[in-house]
Amino acid sequence: MLKIIKRLNSMEWLQAGISLVFIIAQVWLDLKLPDYMSRITQLTQTPGGEMSEIWKAGGYMLLCALGSFAAAMIVGFFAARIGASVSQRLRSQLFNKVDSFSMEEISRFSTASLITRSTNDITQVQLLITMGLQMFIKAPIMAVWAVTKIAGKGFEWTAATGVALFLLVAVISVIFAFIMPKFKKMQVLTDNINRITMENLTGLRVVRAYNAENYQNDKFEAANEDLTATQLYTSRGMAVLHPTMNMMMSGLSLAIYWIGAYLIDSANAMDKLTLFSNMVVFSSYAMQIIMAFMMVVMIFIMMPRAMVSAKRINEVLETEPAIIDGRLTSGKDGMEGEVIFNHVSFRYPGASDYVLQDISFSVKKGETAAFIGSTGSGKSTLINLVPRFFDATEGEIQVDGVNVKNYTQEALNNKIGYVPQKAVMFKGSVSSNVGYGDNGREAASLSDVQKAVHIAQGTEFVEKMAGKYEAEIAQGGTNISGGQKQRLVIARAVCRKPEIYIFDDSFSALDYKTDRVLRSALKEETAGVTSLIVAQRIGTIMDADQIIVLDEGRIVGKGTHKYLLNNCGVYREIAMSQLSEEELAI
Amino acid sequence: MSENNVRRNNQGPMRSGHEMSGPVEKPKNFKETMSKLIQYCKSYLPAIIIALVAAAAGTILQIVGPDKLKDMTNEISKGLPSLIGGVPVMNSIDMDAVADIAWLLVVFYAGSMLLNLSQSLMMATVTQRISKRMRSDISRKINRLPLKYFDSTSHGDVLSRVTNDVDTIGQTLNQSIGTMVTSITMLFGSFVMMFYNNWIMALTAVGSSVIGFVLMMLIMRKSQKYFAVQQKELGRINGHIEEIYTGHNVVKVYNGSKDAKKTFEEINSKLYHSAWKSQFLSGLMMPLMGLVGNLGYVAVCVVGASLAMNGTISFGVVVAFMMYVRLFTQPLSQIAQAFNNLQRTAAAGERVFEFLEEKELINEDQKQKQLYNIKGDVEFKHVKFGYSPDKTIIHDFSARVRAGQKVAIVGPTGAGKTTIVNLLMRFYELDGGEICLDNIPISQVPRENVHEQFGMVLQDTWLFEGTIRDNIIYGKQGVTQEQVVAACKTVGLHHFIKTMPEGYDTVLNSKASLSEGQKQLITIARAMIQNAPLLILDEATSSVDTRTERIVQRAMDQLTHGRTSFVIAHRLSTIKNADLIMVMKDGDIIESGTHDELLKNAGFYAELYNSQFEQAA
Repeated sequence: MLKIIKRLNSMEWLQAGISLVFIIAQVWLDLKLPDYMSRITQLTQTPGGEMSEIWKAGGYMLLCALGSFAAAMIVGFFAARIGASVSQRLRSQLFNKVDSFSMEEISRFSTASLITRSTNDITQVQLLITMGLQMFIKAPIMAVWAVTKIAGKGFEWTAATGVALFLLVAVISVIFAFIMPKFKKMQVLTDNINRITMENLTGLRVVRAYNAENYQNDKFEAANEDLTATQLYTSRGMAVLHPTMNMMMSGLSLAIYWIGAYLIDSANAMDKLTLFSNMVVFSSYAMQIIMAFMMVVMIFIMMPRAMVSAKRINEVLETEPAIIDGRLTSGKDGMEGEVIFNHVSFRYPGASDYVLQDISFSVKKGETAAFIGSTGSGKSTLINLVPRFFDATEGEIQVDGVNVKNYTQEALNNKIGYVPQKAVMFKGSVSSNVGYGDNGREAASLSDVQKAVHIAQGTEFVEKMAGKYEAEIAQGGTNISGGQKQRLVIARAVCRKPEIYIFDDSFSALDYKTDRVLRSALKEETAGVTSLIVAQRIGTIMDADQIIVLDEGRIVGKGTHKYLLNNCGVYREIAMSQLSEEELAI
Repeated sequence: MSENNVRRNNQGPMRSGHEMSGPVEKPKNFKETMSKLIQYCKSYLPAIIIALVAAAAGTILQIVGPDKLKDMTNEISKGLPSLIGGVPVMNSIDMDAVADIAWLLVVFYAGSMLLNLSQSLMMATVTQRISKRMRSDISRKINRLPLKYFDSTSHGDVLSRVTNDVDTIGQTLNQSIGTMVTSITMLFGSFVMMFYNNWIMALTAVGSSVIGFVLMMLIMRKSQKYFAVQQKELGRINGHIEEIYTGHNVVKVYNGSKDAKKTFEEINSKLYHSAWKSQFLSGLMMPLMGLVGNLGYVAVCVVGASLAMNGTISFGVVVAFMMYVRLFTQPLSQIAQAFNNLQRTAAAGERVFEFLEEKELINEDQKQKQLYNIKGDVEFKHVKFGYSPDKTIIHDFSARVRAGQKVAIVGPTGAGKTTIVNLLMRFYELDGGEICLDNIPISQVPRENVHEQFGMVLQDTWLFEGTIRDNIIYGKQGVTQEQVVAACKTVGLHHFIKTMPEGYDTVLNSKASLSEGQKQLITIARAMIQNAPLLILDEATSSVDTRTERIVQRAMDQLTHGRTSFVIAHRLSTIKNADLIMVMKDGDIIESGTHDELLKNAGFYAELYNSQFEQAA
């Protein structure tokens, strides 16, 4: 949290400073109020008191009340502004930081966690700053000031207040000491319930097919029982809190008056009146003190959650991205569209095993290179090295004759049309998705988009959609099917007019026919563009200029379909599992 | 369903005041839901009523407090010097009287605390029990609803009813009903007590509080507006963050960062403005409450003092009113909050009851016919079906499958291949015609009995958190360890399982790293243990890579041996030897026959089959 506080800028510090002044003013006014009350008490009890005096004291009281409210308003105003502007800045810093991350940092944190850090955690911190400024600073000032005010007015009363305070804090601490761990456990148990329910929902057909409804119900019941037991414990604990606090407060007033009776009775005549007014006022102060302490306790309860959030935010902000931008903006002349891997090896930082080892090959302009291998053979990782999602551990990768690390990321990205395994869609329209991004040239026109969609075999379904190219796409593309998404994502790469296509298993979601037609269209319409294709299906890649077969991170075969069928065991095995011998036309 | 949605309600032990003053989701029909809720809680009603009576009684004891404190103050002030006929007279305090009142108050306060304590304990217990029952009922309901319901509802939606909505009910019900009763009692009690003591003072106190509250309402209405804006902007920015983070790769490679940042900063700055305004306004509630309290306090002091001076009232009354003002203002805001909470309860309750009232599967207890020891003949007789009544997709399909034959269902993605599975398993009911197993229409036997005849392996390998053994046996009675081992040996899993730390007792959870292929083998072993005469394999190998596929394929060949099997396949090479191939397109079965027959027909199948070899021209 301290680190977050250090991120306040001078404007916010100034606002915080002004808040502090007004907090002190507010406390002063709050504590002044009972003073006038004491004055009034004395007036009523003094024989021959003046009515006008009472009105005057009342007027001051009113001023105090209004003044205190005004001060609180000012403090609230600044606190809200500071909280909002800190969270705005933190959010923006986080967003920019995450944007600069490579796949490596992202997978270290996980996307889901980064999202929570940028949303929920920030809200938590904002809440703490806003509340904290108002309560955390005010409560101790209030408590200390009020204590000094009453300290001189009677040891017995002070002692009674002290005892009440001690009891109150003790009760709250004990209750929370007991139920806090249970609260933590509750999250786990709730997750448990969620998991079992989700399990049942995703496996609905299996559950029914195996007549296992009762089995699932029993499991749910057990988890439900656990959760309920814990919730009973915590809510009973919390139930004790309120009545106890009420009791303490009422008890304290009673004690002050009761003690007061004895004190006044034994005092000499002159002091009696002062004592009486002190007594009435003391109960007001005592309440203020108790309230202040309760606020402090609340903050201590709230604090740990926000602290965890602050820590999580800092973790992200303090992470330095591994990818460092180069300076070149263009490649060597005459080498456009060439991709060269030169003894490239890759392992994840901290891992001992290589994912890729000693990979060398080169692809010329307009050629198609395909990568095939079983899951875990490293084929996706390999092509992810080209757009620098990761940097090679050893060796170098050249695009247009220049090491990819020497380009500015923007320049490198302008050369690439990348289609990921999982189709990513953004909220917007068909054309905003297809014409997505910036390729260093002017924005895509409607005819560019239409042409790209046409090549990606999407014209038919897009023109059936309401609004056609301006048809709305929901967040995550949930309103169109998987195959349609895939075609739009391919259109996006085409629309970019890149030098190099990278298809990371992008054709598997398409049926054979669409797959084939699409690839023919690509070949025809975008001749001269280099393609790197990762695929599962032999049919997708058998016409590639060069097929690279990977097994456990190493190249075990390189060549054309025909060549590999005769010379590469792994390739033949894969081919045979998909097609029969006569189909392979050996 | 995003992670955020599920977590939206996970509050810590203390809900902060800020969250409380947010806009409240309004139920569509408050009264109806509440009466349903009361109906639902019927068996707990006596307990609830006792708790509420205790709450009221406890509050009354608390309200009498200041009145007694007044008597005490008066007793004490008797001991103050006073002027009688211009001569100061010394009086003394009647300490016995003071002690009597004090002890009485001790009893009152203690009694009040006990009553309130028992009230909150009872309410806490009752609401938790009700929540538990709701969760159980929802969970059971899941397994009694037709699949149709789930095919049109997102899982996240059902999930959020089990957790978020039930949680909301548990929390708000607990807080709202008790608070409502104590607050109302407190409000009326202190109102009555104030007028009982002195009407001028009472009017002063009530009047000043009302002025304060009108102020508060105005601000609250205003802050609701900003709160709604803030929630909207927060939703937008969270959506944007989610979208950009999940698409990070694409955003980077397409140089979309600049655009994304621009949009982000735009929303972020809007959020800043609405955030500080709503925070500021809702943050005003506390000081405002203080002001209302203070206004009452000042008014009571001044008016009280002037009345006390001319002897209309005793000073004790002033002391009593100083407390009554607080007792009176406090419940007003609590009632508003409790009412908000009740609305939340109703909104959540509405969703829960809506789910619980969904139409269930028809009860089939009266169906006497049973399938027993069947051979595995399947016949489709003039089958007609559509997912919605107005759109029939399978018009009139007939076919015969003899026991032990292999039926393949093929077609492009989205052609409705799983429809056949849905119909065979009676997940959906036919609109016309019949499906018969060994000449018995499956609609004439109970659903469970139909399910018993099938083993099933699906594309999405479904394993649950539990031991490997439990996953394989899955609900089947009387399976021996030997049978499990035998099944695993057949599918080639035994050796792998032996290498796991706990063998067959290894718990499968997110930490256990099983490959897709191994998971699939477990589900095949599960189908094997089931030992049913018919088998459904729905794209069982499409999520594994080709080399693993051969292992899985081998296991499946073992499984299909001697069973009537329905195979849905992506790769046509695996089903060429099927006895019957059904070709589906746009939901309907457009061709059927053997591989050779279909090729000869040169129809859709032939086109589909040939397309996989053609080179991209």
